[in-house]
Amino acid sequence: MRLVVCLKQVPDASEVKIDPIKGTMVRAGVPSIANPYDMHALEEALRLKDKYGARVSILTMGPPQATDVIKRAVSLGADDGVLLSDRAFAGSDTLATSYILAQAIRKMGEEEAIDVVFCGKMAIDGDTAQVGPGIGSRLDCAVTTYVVGVRSLDKDKKTVVVERRLERGVEVVEADMPVLLTVNKEANDIRYAALPALIESIKYEVPVWTAEDVQLDLAQCGLKGSPTQVKKIFPPPQKDIETVMVTDTISDPAQIAKLLVDKIEEAGMLA
Amino acid sequence: MSQPAVWILIEQNDGVIADVSWELMGKGRELADDLGGEVAGILVGHNIKDQAKEAFYYGADKVYVIDDPTLEYYRTQAYAHAISDIAKKHKPEIFLMAATSLGRDLSGAIATPLGAGLTADCTVLEIDPETKLLHQTRPAFGGNIMATIYCQIARPQMASVRPRLLPIPERDEKRTGTVIEEKTSLQETDIKTRRVEFIPDEGATVNIEDAECVVAGGRGIGNADNLKVIEELANALGGTVGCSRPLVDAGILPHAHQVGMSGHTIRPKLYIGAGISGAIHHVVGMEGADLTIVINKDPDAALLRVADYGVVGNLFDIVPAITKEIKARKGA
Ligand SMILES: Cc1cc2nc3c(=O)[nH]c(=O)nc-3n(C[C@H](O)[C@H](O)[C@H](O)COP(=O)(O)OP(=O)(O)OC[C@H]3O[C@@H](n4cnc5c(N)ncnc54)[C@H](O)[C@@H]3O)c2cc1C
Ligand SMILES: Nc1ncnc2c1ncn2[C@@H]1O[C@H](COP(=O)(O)O)[C@@H](O)[C@H]1O
Repeated sequence: MRLVVCLKQVPDASEVKIDPIKGTMVRAGVPSIANPYDMHALEEALRLKDKYGARVSILTMGPPQATDVIKRAVSLGADDGVLLSDRAFAGSDTLATSYILAQAIRKMGEEEAIDVVFCGKMAIDGDTAQVGPGIGSRLDCAVTTYVVGVRSLDKDKKTVVVERRLERGVEVVEADMPVLLTVNKEANDIRYAALPALIESIKYEVPVWTAEDVQLDLAQCGLKGSPTQVKKIFPPPQKDIETVMVTDTISDPAQIAKLLVDKIEEAGMLA
Repeated sequence: MSQPAVWILIEQNDGVIADVSWELMGKGRELADDLGGEVAGILVGHNIKDQAKEAFYYGADKVYVIDDPTLEYYRTQAYAHAISDIAKKHKPEIFLMAATSLGRDLSGAIATPLGAGLTADCTVLEIDPETKLLHQTRPAFGGNIMATIYCQIARPQMASVRPRLLPIPERDEKRTGTVIEEKTSLQETDIKTRRVEFIPDEGATVNIEDAECVVAGGRGIGNADNLKVIEELANALGGTVGCSRPLVDAGILPHAHQVGMSGHTIRPKLYIGAGISGAIHHVVGMEGADLTIVINKDPDAALLRVADYGVVGNLFDIVPAITKEIKARKGA
């Protein structure tokens, strides 16, 4: 069995600051991490490997240093990985990204057929959750999103049964393989790497594929292949409301509470 | 040439239409009027045809219906095929969906066969008066920045919008329109996923989106034990506990309580926020509140600026004082 995990390297969003004067992002010094959702996708793949036996391959698109996240995955038990890196990919929006990743998955599949493609529910730098279903459409395979657990897998029938988290409950779905699954954080707890595996993974030489290595129509990649364009970036508008600063006039908590509760009562919320 | 069409996905779950469909319909009407075009609802499912007329009451001119047993419940492949086929045929200018589980999944799956540009989680949608392009604004990466995105050539211009961000327009039963029935080309045997069962959440789960009163705590509460300060005030008010994302990430509260862009959008009559800084990701989820009270020890905290009443102080002094005052008045 062959499993592929799409693992993205993202800036640690909690560390990004905005230049208050220029209104631009300050990215310098911001550490990069493996997208947390994708790590849960990896864990789900590794659990299938433990249970049923499988080869787990990582696919990452990003700059050269993104090999870090592949090595991390290898230290946890992934068998191999490939980094897609090319200037032609820069500026890809979700449409172009799903195209490039889908083409790379096709190529990986030529060597050994793929049964399950795992994605994270979403990448924390964009929060779009669009790339997974997009890859699924392009590969024309079964797609099941928001997976919180794989219940069972039948190697002979080539089906999996998974649980999906929706707004009002859990849906249990049976899907034919090959299938693309996007995984939620609740699915599992991520394992830790054993020290020897960690040391071993540092030596792993990650193969890098450029646009030439994958069959790609360059018109569908990068900025050229991205229909969405950023028109402008600006600081969020400040809501224009007259804030009453209670503490400008009163300092005693009990008095402050009296005033606030008056307002709550006036709003009819004390009934 | 036919007039430009704005399409709205009418989201239904087990035959029940989600309110967000009408929120989007109201926005669709506005955009279509700005474009000099029409609004069409897209209603997909099984035995749902009769509900099409509801869409007219909220502003649709047309409803395309695909009613088929294979579409009884949402499946990515089945819905994406059916809808992208009719979109290829009728070529809408704009296509909006809700940023719900279903809408996010479907929009991602149909943008690729259509080659469309798609922007997730927009907070503002407007037609540029000069270019007539759809300007889609969303909070972007890292928090304190907004980006306006547009799509010059590819069509449709697709966007998803959070539930409860937009008001539901007035329902007008006098409005009518045309129902157009379409077909799907997929057979059950072509579809690669099947629902085994659906396990609904127990009734007791929080539904923060419908709460009239939300008392929210942020990283300022420090640790899980201190959450009781927030809970006590929420209880005194008969309200629901909300929170910012760090509390969910830290496992202090489940996601059902998270307010904001990757949490829930709320429109309560009263929102009280304590120990929350006011990142745009949080603010977009709560700015629809009628009365907003904010407590923060930092006078520069952004959330104070969106408050009706701001208190600069220690939440561990102020919040219990409010709880006590409420209990005193209610007891009297
Ligand atoms: C793509 C993306 C999506 C996101 N989605 C969401 C979302 O849906 N919801 C969300 O909330 N966040 C979201 N975030 C995170 C968001 O950007 C902020 O990081 C988060 O809202 C900050 O939470 P906070 O205000 O609780 O914490 P902090 O920013 O750390 O603020 C804590 C505040 O508490 C105050 N404080 C501390 N102690 C006290 C005290 N004793 N008394 C009074 N005040 C005190 C401090 O002055 C400070 O202002 C998202 C981020 C990204 C990148
Ligand atoms: N550059 C990338 N490299 C590898 N996987 C990616 C990349 N971009 C997106 N993905 C996958 O697609 C998922 C959804 O991403 P997004 O639509 O950007 O939120 C992620 O969780 C990853 O699994």
